[in-house]
Amino acid sequence: MSLSSRHLLGLKDVPKEDIQLILDTATTFREILERPIKKVPTLQGKTIVNLFYESSTRTRISFELAEKRLSADSVNFAVSGSSVSKGETLKDTVRNIEAMKVDMIVVRHSCAGVPLMLTKLADSNVINAGDGIHEHPTQGLLDMYSIREKLGKLEGLKVCIVGDVAHSRVALSNIYGLKTMGAKVSVCGPSTMIPKFLDELGVDVIHNIDEAIQENDVLNVLRIQLERKAREYFPSIREYSQYFGIDRERLEKNGKDILILHPGPINRGVELSSEIADSSSQIILQQVTNGVAVRMAVLYLLGTLN
Amino acid sequence: MKVVLKNVNILNPHQNVSEKNINILIEDGKFKNIGKLTEAEMKDAKVFELDGKYIVPGFFDMHVHLRQPGREDEETVVTGCNAAANGGFTGIACMPNTDPAIDSAEVVTLIKKQAANHLVDVYPVGAATVGRKGEVLSPMAELKDAGVVGFSDDGIAIKTASILKRSLEYAKMFDLPIIEHCEDESLAGGAMNESINSTLLGLPPIPSVAEDLIVMRDILMAEYTDSKVHIAHISSKKSVEMVREAKKKGIKVTAEVAPHHFTLTDDAVKTYDPNVKMNPPLRTKADVDEILKGLKDGTIDCIASDHAPHSLEEKEMEFEYAPNGIVGLETQIGLALTELYHKKVLSLENIIEKLAINPRKILNLPIPEIKQEEVVNLTILDVDAVWTVDKKKFLSKSSNSPFDKRLLTGKSVGVINKGMMFIEGSFTII
Repeated sequence: MSLSSRHLLGLKDVPKEDIQLILDTATTFREILERPIKKVPTLQGKTIVNLFYESSTRTRISFELAEKRLSADSVNFAVSGSSVSKGETLKDTVRNIEAMKVDMIVVRHSCAGVPLMLTKLADSNVINAGDGIHEHPTQGLLDMYSIREKLGKLEGLKVCIVGDVAHSRVALSNIYGLKTMGAKVSVCGPSTMIPKFLDELGVDVIHNIDEAIQENDVLNVLRIQLERKAREYFPSIREYSQYFGIDRERLEKNGKDILILHPGPINRGVELSSEIADSSSQIILQQVTNGVAVRMAVLYLLGTLN
Repeated sequence: MKVVLKNVNILNPHQNVSEKNINILIEDGKFKNIGKLTEAEMKDAKVFELDGKYIVPGFFDMHVHLRQPGREDEETVVTGCNAAANGGFTGIACMPNTDPAIDSAEVVTLIKKQAANHLVDVYPVGAATVGRKGEVLSPMAELKDAGVVGFSDDGIAIKTASILKRSLEYAKMFDLPIIEHCEDESLAGGAMNESINSTLLGLPPIPSVAEDLIVMRDILMAEYTDSKVHIAHISSKKSVEMVREAKKKGIKVTAEVAPHHFTLTDDAVKTYDPNVKMNPPLRTKADVDEILKGLKDGTIDCIASDHAPHSLEEKEMEFEYAPNGIVGLETQIGLALTELYHKKVLSLENIIEKLAINPRKILNLPIPEIKQEEVVNLTILDVDAVWTVDKKKFLSKSSNSPFDKRLLTGKSVGVINKGMMFIEGSFTII
């Protein structure tokens, strides 16, 4: 079995078989992560560049660990301290990196479409580690992996994505992936944070968090990106947490035990109360571990394609 | 020098002229004879066998960015005029968003001087406000005397309703239009039209209501001041509907559309090719359909390219970082004939009205006539020529076009104006 594409740019057109293969492969790698020696020689001799035009801690570390555990040689290229600050264009940077004979490029950029642009500039396999407010496919995959691990399946499950959907790269990847795998996907958030035409994707839109809790098996709670423009889209953090935040009281009121995912880092007291963050911490931290396994699976499957 | 255009069809709806299979004798830049020519008349003449091609009044593009002064690396007055001639135009109006802006007689004179000896007539559009900043009225009287044909802060809308009102009131003294780039500033700044595609592509959206709000404001203000507003590059359904209603009420509003806005939808952005990034952005099929309807029923008066040259370095960027705009002078006639004439949206007479007659009417310029002793200002059209756009053959200094390699039907094969001829890729004095 192998993947049908040599890049992972998003989950939009990734067929069910490919997602299945990545998740199944990740299960194998997940076991390796529990061993005392967590390294396999699978990608020995392969060179991977982590090209990060936007600051990231967990995604970059997760990719880096995944690469190291597959025995690939990995190089980090972060925007500060690189030639970009000297005014080099993306095209020149990528051509230069390519000239150093690399095999794969993991890219994060604040502009949507950059991973696709890279596939036209370079021969390497390209993996999107997040582009603008477009997609973040490995996050979508690890979310699906974590749900499947916890609930045993994806098909038929009801999953609601909560929060700033309009400015999230995680939301779209989740929507595509989950729908492909047969889950029913809805979104819940303030109407200013839901894209106007989202319903055309076959996604239910609701604005009541209690309804979201009652109707769904899983909530994937997005981080409110306080550092971004998100602040202009709702009146105050207080109002947001009152009407869309999840705390124990709200869960008890709805009398429901629900699986809560969060891509991290959590704004405690905003989208999740500290208590919920802690009680859900097991799965939220599992997401992080699973992230390494899923990224190992993606790197392995793309890196050994030919 | 004598030139004979042999076996041509003449079409000029402005004069109500339509003749088939006729010969034209041009001498010293004037129509010497139209009809059957004698052997003596043809003697020593340069004869062009044109076999059914159309002779129409010289085409005019009322929305061109020449980039001079300021960005001569992207376009100059001369290279822009070369592109215009190659694209089939004998006249253009150039927009004031140069550096410095066209807000003084000196800049108008500089541009006109560059174009003085060119085949293509260049009519600058003056800035409506000093530096296009929307604060102080530009010296409109002085600009008018220097030769501008309208006023605009193009690139942005005139900033506030109060300065718009004064601009309209003041420009009314000269019977010149205010040409508006309609976009609400507080809703601007995105990278593409807001639609399902902006969500799918993760690109920051510009809602069409940003255009509609300013179109509405401008129509109301044109009515209130009883002055002329011209809506540049109209692109949204609602805006077309509002212009239609305004015209019914007799409000002095006119509108132009750029070829990309009747040819492409925002589906084209799926490639993230910066050459489909422009402002206003490509919109949806519903918008395109309304534009076609507006072209047909006369709501949209003319077609103008919004020719916006950008350097390769600037356009080869991340989509969000790349500047807005595409070159259009050399693909405009081909797109209009392919998308409008051959698809039976417009007749050839309509095409001529929208590309030669109406733009000049809006700018109060004389309309070229095809008759004896008249100075020759014409475009030669081959409406059935099938050709492939090749950006390497553009005479513009820039080549940022999404239409490269596109198959088109219909083109200009040459132009004559001011005693000069551009045909088969070169200029000659006749």
